[in-house]
Amino acid sequence: MEEILKVNNVCKRYEDITVFENMNLTVKKGEVVVIVGPSGCGKSTFLRCLNALEDIQDGEILLDGEKVDAASKNIGSIREKAGMVFQSYDLFPHLTVLQNLMLAPVKVKKRDKKEVEAEALTLLERVGLLTKKDSFPRQLSGGQKQRVAIVRALIMHPEILLLDEITAALDPEMVREVLDVVLSLAKEGRTMIIVTHEMQFARAVADRMVFIDNGRIVEEGNPEEFFDNPKTDRLKQFLQTFSY
Amino acid sequence: MNLDVIISYIPLYIEAFFLTVKIGWLGIFLALAIGLAVAFVIHFKIPFLSGISIVYIELFRNTPLLVQLFFIYFGLPKVGFTISAETCGYVGLGLLGGSYMAEAFRSGFESVPKSQTESALALGLSRKQLFWSVILPQAISQSVPGILANVIFLLKETSVFSAISLMDLMFTAKDLIGLYYDTKEALFLLVVFYIVMLLPVSIIGSFIEKKARFRTLGV
Ligand SMILES: Nc1ncnc2c1ncn2[C@@H]1O[C@H](COP(=O)(O)OP(=O)(O)O)[C@@H](O)[C@H]1O
Ligand SMILES: [Mg+2]
Repeated sequence: MEEILKVNNVCKRYEDITVFENMNLTVKKGEVVVIVGPSGCGKSTFLRCLNALEDIQDGEILLDGEKVDAASKNIGSIREKAGMVFQSYDLFPHLTVLQNLMLAPVKVKKRDKKEVEAEALTLLERVGLLTKKDSFPRQLSGGQKQRVAIVRALIMHPEILLLDEITAALDPEMVREVLDVVLSLAKEGRTMIIVTHEMQFARAVADRMVFIDNGRIVEEGNPEEFFDNPKTDRLKQFLQTFSY
Repeated sequence: MNLDVIISYIPLYIEAFFLTVKIGWLGIFLALAIGLAVAFVIHFKIPFLSGISIVYIELFRNTPLLVQLFFIYFGLPKVGFTISAETCGYVGLGLLGGSYMAEAFRSGFESVPKSQTESALALGLSRKQLFWSVILPQAISQSVPGILANVIFLLKETSVFSAISLMDLMFTAKDLIGLYYDTKEALFLLVVFYIVMLLPVSIIGSFIEKKARFRTLGV
């Protein structure tokens, strides 16, 4: 299968600390990779490197065959290929839901407004938020904001979606509505890298699990092996922290 | 107070009023343009220019407008630039105001969370699109209270224009008192015309402020 993302020996350092070293990861088209690991182990930083929101100190990242580098001229069009949703629903507060969705396709892709609007409405309907199209973000619940944020990424037709703990800041009763959307995206064959602490969800959605600790990939594998038969002590300990 | 005196003075005051308003608002628009440019340069740490901008702000915030006007009006001709009193008025006001407006815009820029920048970049927006479509609209609604306070402050500062012989409201009042000694009437009209100049700004201003607040904060 076609490789969408290739991470080769990537290293991320701040002045005196190394967040991770020698990271290697390949993601194929249609694959869902779920990354788990203790907080502070560098998951967010890793995702942010993938679309050059952070620079890397060593190695290289290829997205759809193109090198990801914040300094390159076409970084905008490279970033379009990786849709990102963050933990803290960062919709644009001064724009309505519909305007939030239309900004990038119209400004960046120079697509026709009418056509983008029609697509936005279809996508909003799909996530059950058609009635909110003229609301401002402040008028939405956390779960609704995250669903809009997912649609805002989708409407750019990315090759890969990067989801960073998108339910971590939500009230428990809203987690489900957001994860259901992600599951349906996985079913239709979207390529995704998902960072999450929702282990049941991870198991349901993942084609491959990756465990990061202390700045490196400690263990990876298919979800059944990963959860039922972890090989490393580190992963066993980590998984135990989720069971009561 | 003598009503006939007041009525006979009114045309002079109206003329001075329009001059004051004109120079005042020219100065304010200049101040907004300078302030936005300077705030941009400082916030985005543009090399070299941001150093100059910080010096500019400190220099103009910490000297009185009257001193600045004297420098421009009497100092510049000494080095070969002659400048009319009117130009001197709004340029001086614009330079003073620019240093205050820069602070207002800067706090607006600072209030926009970094995550907004990241969301926009992640969507593929260019730096320019990020600035105009995401940062500036949010920064401005945060800056509105500061900008309005500065507008009122600058309109009041116009009262020092008389010192460079601009026929503004203050000059007219002083002139009339000097000529005819109708102090009460002249001062009364001075106060009335300043209120006429400022009150609508305060009223419209607080309306805009409410709207801007609602836009960003929803309250
Ligand atoms: N700007 C920064 N400067 C220095 N250290 C940072 C910076 N950003 C993140 N870190 C460090 O990088 C590590 C990884 O952070 P992060 O990627 O947010 O972890 P995770 O998402 O797995 O919880 C943390 O130890 C954090 O302190
Ligand atoms: Mg994180």
